[in-house]
Amino acid sequence: MRRIVLAIAGTLSGLVLVLSYPTSLNRSTAASTALGSDGSAATQSGSSSSGSAASGTSSGDTTTTAPTTTTYSGDTVRTQFGPVQVQITVTNGSLTDAVATQYPSQDGRSMQISSYAVPTLESETVSAQSASIHLVSGATYTSRAYVQSLQSALDQAQL
Amino acid sequence: MSGTGVLEGTPAAAATPRRAWVEQIMGMPISIHVRGAGARSAWVEQPIQAAFADLRAADARFSTYREDSELRRLQRGEVSLAETSDDLREVERLCRTALVRSDGGFDAWACVPGRPGLFDPTGLVKGWAVARASRQLNGLGGQGLDWAINAGGDVLARCASSADGEAGGVGDRADDGGGPDGEAWQVGIEDPTDGSRLIARVPVHDGAVATSGSAARGAHILDPRTGQAATEIVQATVIGPSLLWADVWATALVALGPEAAASTRGLHGTSGLLVFADGTTHRWANAS
Repeated sequence: MRRIVLAIAGTLSGLVLVLSYPTSLNRSTAASTALGSDGSAATQSGSSSSGSAASGTSSGDTTTTAPTTTTYSGDTVRTQFGPVQVQITVTNGSLTDAVATQYPSQDGRSMQISSYAVPTLESETVSAQSASIHLVSGATYTSRAYVQSLQSALDQAQL
Repeated sequence: MSGTGVLEGTPAAAATPRRAWVEQIMGMPISIHVRGAGARSAWVEQPIQAAFADLRAADARFSTYREDSELRRLQRGEVSLAETSDDLREVERLCRTALVRSDGGFDAWACVPGRPGLFDPTGLVKGWAVARASRQLNGLGGQGLDWAINAGGDVLARCASSADGEAGGVGDRADDGGGPDGEAWQVGIEDPTDGSRLIARVPVHDGAVATSGSAARGAHILDPRTGQAATEIVQATVIGPSLLWADVWATALVALGPEAAASTRGLHGTSGLLVFADGTTHRWANAS
């Protein structure tokens, strides 16, 4: 049983959500997302910390071979606030992304579909020009910075 | 009249006429985009110019750079709040609401360094002004036109297919080849470490995408509770129905820092992306 324990920090009341994900190979990966008090998302590898993502082989104790990225979906878990489901991405044994795909809704009924889509992370090589992007959202830029901005290029392309 | 600008690698867009206008208002570029079969019609110009006029009027009233703005007169104590315009009092009320709803993360009375207590609603005015100006564009949807406004990196967009249509049967309606539900506006989210790249994208049919952070101006969001620059989160993006509130939340999440990821749980009806200083991300999508 390999466990990857993740701690996402925050200060809200130390809510701990334990999510477990049984794979088809009868392993389970449990991720506990703790909303604690220190800040950024941190990763602690639990017991074996081999760093190898669960790639389907059953070679239990062997160590990492190549850089791997794997996505884990946690089970939907009931909390006092309602159902929660989290999906995480682990690259080389470290947490690189956490997505809450399901949150408690007001009426306690679980709703899979939210009003707005979760942003999709891009690979590092994607630029706006090659990505079918119409508009760019970013931290407020001034008019001077605008000259170099992505939005400038997009505006020009459509004028 | 050079040819229709079409983004490379956007086959779907190639079939749909698009136009964009840009003006510099409130110290930032504001662009309005229109697409659809009738995008090049002459009448489209009128609502666009009306929207820009609204934005300029808001700038004249709320600018902190113009000494003759109503906001500056209030800040200097030349007029009392009760003597100000309906618009200014509405914005002040919204700022008080935002202060409470964000648990102190958005504080219009604690955002000017060295001037605690000074009322500066700039962080909320943009969303408020853009939302108000966008009313001028409501008629476009009835004509089968999608529109979007990008105000300095905050986006408000609507597809004609998502407007409460009274199925007007107007000539060029819903004939843009965008599929039964229309093609969503694809909004890229800037990489906080490199403005020429995108870190994520999100499709929007009807809603707002607001991003706050330190990418453009250094660490410029203060944690109202400490007065120090917030540094744990380098960028926060909130997608939701209201640009005003998406912008307020994005700002508050950066200010809240360590508590931000937990705070997103309470943002019903939104999705979004947090980018932490160490490069990790947190994304969410909440039911409304």
